[in-house]
Amino acid sequence: MSSLLSIEGLSIEAGGQTLVSDVSFSVASGERLGLIGESGSGKSLTALAAIGLLPEGLRAGGSVLLGGRQVVGARDRDLVPLRGTTVATVFQEPLTALDPLMKIGRQVAEAVRRRTRRDGQPSDERTVTRAVLDLLDQVALPQPERIAKSWPHEISGGQRQRAAIAMALACRPELLIADEPTTALDVTTQAEILDLLGRLVRERNMALLFISHDLPVVANAVDRVVVLRHGRIVEQGPVGTVFQQPSHDYTQSLVAAARSFDNALEIAP
Amino acid sequence: MTDTSLIVASSEGRTRRSWAFTAGAVIVGLHLIIGLLTLVWTPYDPAAMSGGRLETPSFAHWAGTDRLGRDLFTLIMIGSRIALVVGTGAVIIGAAIGITIGLIAAFASKTLDDVLAAGLDILIAFPTLLLAMLIVASSDGASLWTAIVAIGIANSAIVARLTRILAKRVLRMDYITASRISGTSWLGVVAIHILPNIWPTLLVNLALQFGLAVIAEASLSYLGLGAPPPNASWGRLLQEAQGTVYTAPFGAIAPGIALVLLVIGINLLADGLRDIADPTRRRRR
Repeated sequence: MSSLLSIEGLSIEAGGQTLVSDVSFSVASGERLGLIGESGSGKSLTALAAIGLLPEGLRAGGSVLLGGRQVVGARDRDLVPLRGTTVATVFQEPLTALDPLMKIGRQVAEAVRRRTRRDGQPSDERTVTRAVLDLLDQVALPQPERIAKSWPHEISGGQRQRAAIAMALACRPELLIADEPTTALDVTTQAEILDLLGRLVRERNMALLFISHDLPVVANAVDRVVVLRHGRIVEQGPVGTVFQQPSHDYTQSLVAAARSFDNALEIAP
Repeated sequence: MTDTSLIVASSEGRTRRSWAFTAGAVIVGLHLIIGLLTLVWTPYDPAAMSGGRLETPSFAHWAGTDRLGRDLFTLIMIGSRIALVVGTGAVIIGAAIGITIGLIAAFASKTLDDVLAAGLDILIAFPTLLLAMLIVASSDGASLWTAIVAIGIANSAIVARLTRILAKRVLRMDYITASRISGTSWLGVVAIHILPNIWPTLLVNLALQFGLAVIAEASLSYLGLGAPPPNASWGRLLQEAQGTVYTAPFGAIAPGIALVLLVIGINLLADGLRDIADPTRRRRR
């Protein structure tokens, strides 16, 4: 299997300060990779650098090959066709991931239209509407017709996140980057969204880059993990090995912390 | 319990706001109708001496006459038209320049953005009227169009600064990144996401700018820098009435009332506009 995303010696600097250094990993098509670490460890920056959307003032070095094309140092214009076709993203905060002044149906339709135009398929009103309702149905949103006519502030957080996933899927990407997609949601909704993501990734044979600081969540969602700390990779490997026999001190402490939290919950009445 | 009281409170807020909007719309609408009417009909010929000098309001002359014996109500009606033309023109010019510069600054590199932001702050530090006076003074001569352009340019700095800040705030949102990732170009992002999202706030500000432009034009005319004599601008009427304000105060009061009424109407309208432009504040159907 060829790698969809291949990162070699990635470093990210801001004003002389190194935020991420010497990060190397790759995601093969259909593979599910978890990127874990505490806040500020460079998880999200790595993901943004992978699609060439680092905030202004940050500079990336090293090499990022996305769909066989070099992202580091590329002009923005050259990256536009790559985005959407190869990669789509789901963000942490479903409230800001949707345009507050656009109805859900139209937001998803924008993404659908970009894809149909790209693929040279018909993009008349009826085809697009059907595709939108179909997508809303696939992310298990109840009453797709009603949701499509709703404003983002009229639906719940979990529903918003589903709508955001529908938008990401509308592009039919080969790689889905999920940046802490469940952090802002309550536990029940978290589980539902994780199930949904897992099912969609399997059904569509998409690759998944799952970013989280929540070990149990990552353990269920991915095949392989990369552990980041202070912008460096401390450990990577299959999820079972890393979590059962962590070789690095930091991973050990992460796993131990997650375990003791679990134990504390069990002891509590 | 809390839920119910919240609903009651917000619906009261809406009623109050929609009342303001209706009142504003009626006042501005009245001025608009009067302004349009003057194109085809006025009670008297604005230049004709249709009555005695400095008459008090009567049935024949609703607002009395000025010191040349011209019908004041006719002049105030024409003043309405001039005020609306100046307000509209200045807002269009201010918005076109301001939104463009604001968007450029929001997207620009840090250096260019800093330069533009500093330039805007310097421009805003000048009072609008002073800036407009400088522009009029440096042009060929006072005319209605110079006044419009001058006020428009003077107001554009405020629009630009607001646009820049609003656009920057929207640009930081995840949905912009998501849209970019799915392959939207920057121009597409501006059209699809940024303009619709900054529009409600911008619209309210533009409506307020309209009111400020009306006042600025009256001030320029008062100072003799606005529309030259045959045009009966409210500012000019005020200035002409100044000499006789003790003997015939109504000559100053009448255009003053017209001016204040229009500006209040515009402000009320601006208050209500936001609710219409922003769906998150719209009443649920």
